[in-house]
Amino acid sequence: MLAVESVSKRFGGLMAVDNASLVLEPGGIIGLIGPNGAGKTTLFSMISGFVAPSDGRILFEGTDITGEEPHRRAERGIGRTFQIVQPFAGLTVCENIAVGAYLRHAKRADAIGKARDVARRVGLAAELDRPAGGLTVAGRKRLELARALATEPKLLLLDEVLAGLNPSEIRDIIPVIRGIRDEGVTILMIEHVMQAVMNLCERVYVLAQGRMIAEGKPAAVCADPRVIEAYLGHGAAARLAAEGAAHG
Amino acid sequence: MTARDLIPIVVLAVLAALLPLVVTSSPVMNFLVFTLIVALGAQGWNILGGFGGQFSFGHAAFFGTGAYVTAILQLRYGVNAWAGLLVAMAAGAAVAWTIGFLSFRSGLRGSYFALVTLAFAEVFRILANAASFTGGAAGLLIKLDVHPANLQFADRAVFYWLVLAFVTGVLLLTRWIQRSRFGAQLVAVRENEDAAKALGVDSLKVKLRAIALSGAVTALSGCLYAQYFLYIDAHIAYGSWISVELLLAPIIGGVGTVFGPVVGALTLHGLGELAKQFAGRIPGIDLIVFGSVLVLAVAFARGGILGLLERLRDRGRGMMTRGAKEVSHAGR
Repeated sequence: MLAVESVSKRFGGLMAVDNASLVLEPGGIIGLIGPNGAGKTTLFSMISGFVAPSDGRILFEGTDITGEEPHRRAERGIGRTFQIVQPFAGLTVCENIAVGAYLRHAKRADAIGKARDVARRVGLAAELDRPAGGLTVAGRKRLELARALATEPKLLLLDEVLAGLNPSEIRDIIPVIRGIRDEGVTILMIEHVMQAVMNLCERVYVLAQGRMIAEGKPAAVCADPRVIEAYLGHGAAARLAAEGAAHG
Repeated sequence: MTARDLIPIVVLAVLAALLPLVVTSSPVMNFLVFTLIVALGAQGWNILGGFGGQFSFGHAAFFGTGAYVTAILQLRYGVNAWAGLLVAMAAGAAVAWTIGFLSFRSGLRGSYFALVTLAFAEVFRILANAASFTGGAAGLLIKLDVHPANLQFADRAVFYWLVLAFVTGVLLLTRWIQRSRFGAQLVAVRENEDAAKALGVDSLKVKLRAIALSGAVTALSGCLYAQYFLYIDAHIAYGSWISVELLLAPIIGGVGTVFGPVVGALTLHGLGELAKQFAGRIPGIDLIVFGSVLVLAVAFARGGILGLLERLRDRGRGMMTRGAKEVSHAGR
């Protein structure tokens, strides 16, 4: 469905993403993890078209979309949320979601109807007529999700939708994400909340200092010495293993 | 659009249309016609600035284009004034689209866009002032030939009804925008352009459509100005005074609302005229009123007069429900 082929992004002297590749088959939830500053959000921005890669190419359903504008990619079925939530603050929740729904429903009544459906699914039905600027953090995260969903994407890119939520709010939203997957939407999520990654993702990619350093099942990846070192520093894996042996 | 969307517009239009039957004094009719022409141009500004959030400081470029195209077509090519009106609107849209294409494609936003539009209007003013084709500094005098076919009327009331009809038409157009996909996307671009793009909004296309519509409506007001006063020069048509008028009215009345520009234009010019009546010896008193009203609106009524009314209404409702609760508590 999505193929990122040796993509790089250079910001001046900084290699934000360095020769990273990634392949998604339709269906399922795939995680993208990595320490802060690894280039995860930059990679997302390249997939959704907000940042042009310095090198490499991106294919969606077999078509090269490397040079396409973000709105064209949304039409093709790539939806995204923003790590820093970007609500249309002056509009109501319903109007916010309707902007997404208008992508595939030209008539106002249809778009509003679609927006109400989506709001119900993500648990925003009670807030429909409130201004988006007045939502709580959890509400805004749900709104990001709802707007992206209203565009009826085939591939949904979720950038830290769980960050900043408390454990009970996370517990509430996990079934929503699983429900989206069950309807056939492929999900690629950046996430720091490891409990959720373990819980939701079938596969994870690990990005560190712009490079893809590991890929596989969450449990296996977390035990990978390269991943541990990326998070905890050089030599950490050996130290942990030694401590483990000593305690064992 | 539902009946509820249309009824306020129709009611107001009918009431306004009855006005000339009561008021016959010609200064008052003059005042009304001029104010409605400003309101019409301001409605054009509001489409781009109010709904699209792209604040133009140079709508004189479109107003003046409308006025000059109308005058030149009649004077130099003998084109009928009504046909001139249509060409003027098309020319306004074309000029607007071109300015929009140049500035939006280069990603100009906010104050940069405002400055570029201001610069374009000034360039037009200087060119119109210098070229002999536009009558140079002497300006253009449209030949007095009172006949409906020439868009000139013996009775001021008829011209008033004509301008009112256009204002009503644009009120309906604005209401349509507010209820359409185009409008939703335009407002989304205003609120957050990146988020809009991520949701599949082609922001460049949406902004270009808005500026072209805006230019056409403002050019129409310029055309009507020329036909009413029958004289234009570079300072009238392309002067910064009209750019300021066209953005003040919506900001005072309620930016991004259907009725805002009309309410704002009537308030500003109404207060300006009153001030002139009472303190006519002080030159420029109406400008002082404009400035004061703007300061008051920015400080105390961010959403303009309509925004203020809405807040007062909400507060009133809040007090009523609270009052009702207290009554029911007391009853127990």
